Amino acid sequence: MTLHSKPIMIRTIMSSLVLSVGLLGCGKEQPPAKVEAPAPQPLIIKIGSASPLTGPQAHIGIDIRNGVQLAIEDLNAAGIMIGDQKATFELVAEDDEANPTKATTVAQKLVDAKVAAVVGHFNSGASIPASKIYADAGIPQISPGSTNPDYTLKGYPTTFRVVAHDGQQGPTLARFAINTLKSRSIAVIDDSTAYGQGLADNFEATAKELGAKIVAHEHTTDKDTDFKAILTKIKGKKPDLIFFGGIDPQAGPMIKQMQDLRIKARFMGGDGVQTPNFIKLGGAASEGAMASIPGLPKDKMPGGNEFLAKFKTRFNQDVELFAPMGYDAVQVLVAAMKRAGSADPAKYLPELKNTQHQGVIGPIAFDEKGDLKNAPITIYVVKAGQWEPLEVIQPEPVAAAAESSPAPAAPGATAPTAVKK
Amino acid sequence: MTGLRYASWSRQLLIISALIVAPFAIEMLLGRSWLRITDVALLYVMLALGLNIVVGFAGLLDLGYIAFFAVGAYSYALLASPQLAIHAPVLVIIPVGAALAALFGIALGAPTLRLRGDYLAIVTLGFGEIIRVLLNNLNRPINITNGPQGITRIDPLHISQFSFGHSHSLGGITFTPLHQYYLIFLAFVLITILISVRLEHSRIGRAWRAIRDDELAAQAMGIHTRNLKLLAFAMGASFGGVAGCLFASFQGFISPESFQLIDSVMILCMVVLGGIGHIGGVILGALLLTILPETLRYIGPLQQQIFGTVYIDPADLRMLLFGLALVLMMLLRPRGLWPKRQLTGQLTNRGG
Amino acid sequence: MDIFVQQLINGLVLGSIYALVALGYTMVYGILGLINFAHGDVTMIGALVSATLIQLLHAAGLPVPVSLLLAGGGAVIVCASLGFSIERIAYRPLRNAPRLAPLITAIGVSILIQYSAALIWGKQYIALPAIITPPSIEFAGAQINHLQIAIVILAACIMGGLIWFIHHSRMGRAMRATEQNPAVASLMGVDTHAVIAMTFLLGSAIGAIAGLMVILYYGIGHYFMGFMLGLKAFTAAVLGGIGNVGGAVIGGLLLGIIESLAAGYIEQLSGGLFGSNYRDIFAFLVLILVLLLRPQGLLGQRSGDRA
Repeated sequence: MTLHSKPIMIRTIMSSLVLSVGLLGCGKEQPPAKVEAPAPQPLIIKIGSASPLTGPQAHIGIDIRNGVQLAIEDLNAAGIMIGDQKATFELVAEDDEANPTKATTVAQKLVDAKVAAVVGHFNSGASIPASKIYADAGIPQISPGSTNPDYTLKGYPTTFRVVAHDGQQGPTLARFAINTLKSRSIAVIDDSTAYGQGLADNFEATAKELGAKIVAHEHTTDKDTDFKAILTKIKGKKPDLIFFGGIDPQAGPMIKQMQDLRIKARFMGGDGVQTPNFIKLGGAASEGAMASIPGLPKDKMPGGNEFLAKFKTRFNQDVELFAPMGYDAVQVLVAAMKRAGSADPAKYLPELKNTQHQGVIGPIAFDEKGDLKNAPITIYVVKAGQWEPLEVIQPEPVAAAAESSPAPAAPGATAPTAVKK
Repeated sequence: MTGLRYASWSRQLLIISALIVAPFAIEMLLGRSWLRITDVALLYVMLALGLNIVVGFAGLLDLGYIAFFAVGAYSYALLASPQLAIHAPVLVIIPVGAALAALFGIALGAPTLRLRGDYLAIVTLGFGEIIRVLLNNLNRPINITNGPQGITRIDPLHISQFSFGHSHSLGGITFTPLHQYYLIFLAFVLITILISVRLEHSRIGRAWRAIRDDELAAQAMGIHTRNLKLLAFAMGASFGGVAGCLFASFQGFISPESFQLIDSVMILCMVVLGGIGHIGGVILGALLLTILPETLRYIGPLQQQIFGTVYIDPADLRMLLFGLALVLMMLLRPRGLWPKRQLTGQLTNRGG
Repeated sequence: MDIFVQQLINGLVLGSIYALVALGYTMVYGILGLINFAHGDVTMIGALVSATLIQLLHAAGLPVPVSLLLAGGGAVIVCASLGFSIERIAYRPLRNAPRLAPLITAIGVSILIQYSAALIWGKQYIALPAIITPPSIEFAGAQINHLQIAIVILAACIMGGLIWFIHHSRMGRAMRATEQNPAVASLMGVDTHAVIAMTFLLGSAIGAIAGLMVILYYGIGHYFMGFMLGLKAFTAAVLGGIGNVGGAVIGGLLLGIIESLAAGYIEQLSGGLFGSNYRDIFAFLVLILVLLLRPQGLLGQRSGDRA
């Protein structure tokens, strides 16, 4: 490492760059599609999808991508006219590896590919840093699964989500647990992720306010399958309800182990638990478990059950979690394009704010931050191995009142519980 | 350092101007995403060089190096964001981040001095996990790190009024934030290289090499192994800390999921794959392992074009090829892609 | 008290599984001085293969014990051949390479196994429907079911058998000789290549059984599950003194029990400052503490540098 090493190092840098140029040549063949093609030829509109397609959360990311893909195939089959041109939609799916750094790279890649909109990302840790890149490029981003309240607090006009954030679902579930189920002593478990912990903390805060006793707040991780230790501890506290903030790969084995340990408490979760997979993983033990999902019961919604069936036929697997959100995100975007008569982000972005869409997940409208407006939340219960709607909870009067008053007050109604903790 | 004597000024100038023009060329030829990848690659070069001090020079196997990156990143984030409502100047934060990381390096090194190679590996691995779990849980009872939600709205690098988060024009050329971060990262990389080269050939570097090759003999020669090992940990960690500060300012958001075991392992891979202990090799390794996975993203469309259909999920194919590449490269070049020349002595080592 | 007994039982079952996986790490390390990063993924393959076989055989109408036995046998065969091939392809060519080189191939192989599994089984979580509902008995106020008892007994048998094998069989003696000094062992007529291959075969086969236990006990499998399991098992192996088979057993059991008790009691012990969120680092803290007092692990022997 003496004399000539430095130039050589630099030569190496250069040659590896040249190498990548060479390799890239192969990939860069399709020219960036013009978003506003001049005259009659079919308009090609690229929709980006960004989610983890590899790594431990790949099953969720693939689910989202499949939802987006299904929406695009549906729209192409239906033959959508944007302005006076027939539009063809194209999916550009990228893998953000649930890694914040990769997420920004992927975001830039989608921007470079001139996508008209992005559905993504899943992890709040990916959505938040990526949102700046989409905002700088003026491209609308709809996250199907990021529940961190911070995601929409940066004031970007391009940032939206079609999932209830932590401040919306948790309190509703707590009110249901205490007012309807009459739970008095509750144990809370979270999976130490942004989603699970946010949900559990918000649940806990409201439950405490309503006078319930939180006998334990335990933590696990999103990679664990053994919960016997924390469940045993909880058993000693004799709660009448266990609330879990997390998703089904943990919730399924957890409810099984509750049964093994002869824990009599009822089990409740958020939308991460309200999946077919939970019942599969939990088996007979899942009977009687409750979970919420924003929106009206699927059978009351046009296209709800139909969507689940269609998804199953197309991909030969059940909806995992966020596919309906991915599907609706595309529908919302394209509806805005149709109303604006253009797929140019600058032109249809204002229309996106006026969204009033009846989606698979329920009515979709955005508040001024880009969050889902408080919509009804349905609580489901597992009966005979199926999720059956138990109760529809309308948005709480406080939030509704705040929303009907001058618009800017609305965020104050929902956000504080989430932010202050 | 004798090396610079031979390289003429004009040649240096050429290289430096090439490095300055590079981001524009990359952006024009490959698109802005590749400029971002280059920026990230520079950060990894810094990390790999830092780890190389610990693993390559001193021979201490560290599987938790990402922890120091995390310490730096969180130092910056806590001192320049609304999280604690502090907005300290960068020129204060970066030294603080480096010093804090060095402190953590010593904290890791001190109790582990007696441990041999692989025991050290697992303890450092555990240390890395401890830091990550702490960051993930220091939101209760008092909220310091904001837990898994991460810290957002972190200030971009800025020196008085000049912010790297905004575009600036100079002589008709617009420097976007990506260009500016490229330049600042490049400057830090060059400083890191300079320090690494000088360290390697200093008394300290020779002492490290002695410890690496035979600790007992080194001790017998009167080398103060304890202090020197701690110094290696502290120096390596401080590079990680500075890189972490830069990362936090570049991303504007950090959360514990950026600092996982797999990241530590990847940095170690960069060092070993490139050529352990060899600065040029380590740089090559870092660049290659950052660029290769990104390049493999183009395999998906390629598969479609060649075969007309997608046989293997592109994401899976990418990972399979990456795994295969790691195995093959190591089988073909067990000493690393660009290893240090050995047994040739300093004077005859002119090939570089 | 009943809670404490329950936590001990939880820890014992978890620890038995850790111990079985830890054996694979420790055997390879003992002989090659190599951290076989791909071992967790071999266990994952064992779990997924047995899940598939159990479902197939059960659907074919075979009685449960027979299908379990056959599935276990199938998983052992698949994993043993996988372990054998890994050694042959990724490690043997690097026998004389620098010490860290096999670490990289191990990581490469680990990625290859994971994504091959993703191609075969997909990336969804795989649920094994409950084909048996093991009856549960009450013991000192705690619940324990037959499956848990079976896991602990089977694990104990395997570990006992392995220790016997290493100490009393010809192959075992060759293994110990290779462990102490490969060059001299080779001079004494030990076919070290065969010994090393055997080590991988055995370790992977035991990993397959651990995989079968995991899938039966938790009923859930995933192509990424090997990572966490491997990490825990590796920690257990080091805790017990890596390279020492008895140490892996003690380390595994100890780690399982520490985790259970930590999750159960850390909050009381720390006055509410730490909760179960610190469970994972509690194991590492114990590990660091043990290594500070005994740098060679609990049962490890003090040996010279292996460079």
